[in-house]
Amino acid sequence: MAAYITPIIGGIFIGISAFVLVLFLGRIADVGGIIWGAVSAQPDNAWRWLFLIGLVLGPLLYHTLLPTPYPQVSVLPWWYAAIGGLLVGFGLKLGSSFTSSQGLLRIVWFSARYLAAAVIFTSTGVATLYVVRHLVPGL
Amino acid sequence: MRNIIALLCGLFFGIGLAVSGITDTATVLGFLEVLGNWMPDLALAIGAAVFVILITFPFIMRRKSPLMSQRFLLPTTKFIDGKLVGGAAIYGVGWGLYGYFPSSAMSSLVYQDWKTAIFVAAMLIGMTLANKISAN
Repeated sequence: MAAYITPIIGGIFIGISAFVLVLFLGRIADVGGIIWGAVSAQPDNAWRWLFLIGLVLGPLLYHTLLPTPYPQVSVLPWWYAAIGGLLVGFGLKLGSSFTSSQGLLRIVWFSARYLAAAVIFTSTGVATLYVVRHLVPGL
Repeated sequence: MRNIIALLCGLFFGIGLAVSGITDTATVLGFLEVLGNWMPDLALAIGAAVFVILITFPFIMRRKSPLMSQRFLLPTTKFIDGKLVGGAAIYGVGWGLYGYFPSSAMSSLVYQDWKTAIFVAAMLIGMTLANKISAN
């Protein structure tokens, strides 16, 4: 059971972050959208860059204050990262930023749009992993 | 002050990702491994986050505007079209290939693995391409 506590604590942190951001700034913690807004130089951008800086510093703070090891580096070859990143960015923007992992507020709104996207990307994610792990030889 | 709030929200988000193990691609891919050794961690983290938002949401609904901005800037698009379906399908393939979300990839930059930097750079290229296509 103890192993299940940390994901729940982590999720609570994420939920609080999303709540505070919408309460104070009126913005959704949609990280894909925030990244795009930051790099495409949208107006009123300082908050986006600061959010992203915090996003990167957060894990550093956690692993330093509670001495826990960094996660193991992925064993997948670099071109998995390249293709994976390309498809994630492309798909997200094509779908008008239907979500990052944190379309959380939209789940709560029972947005049919978000739920449809979540069902689809989870299905293709499961299928892709299955193909990579079981059908591609040598990995 | 808005900027300090944004920084703190980013910090909390990043801490949450690290604590829940979402910055570990093995955790995320383990969640997708439904036909094998399934890991519930991602489902638990998302469930907990949704729970927090569910119980705090009525508090936001009662407000006419946010505390430090003039209005709520929330998604208004409601329709489901081909672009959404195609985009979500493509996103899922990329997600299942490597195990990063945009958020967890950004957070994991701090672990200084060069493959994470490649993921983030490729993600920005992908967004730019999709933006060009959508604009045409």
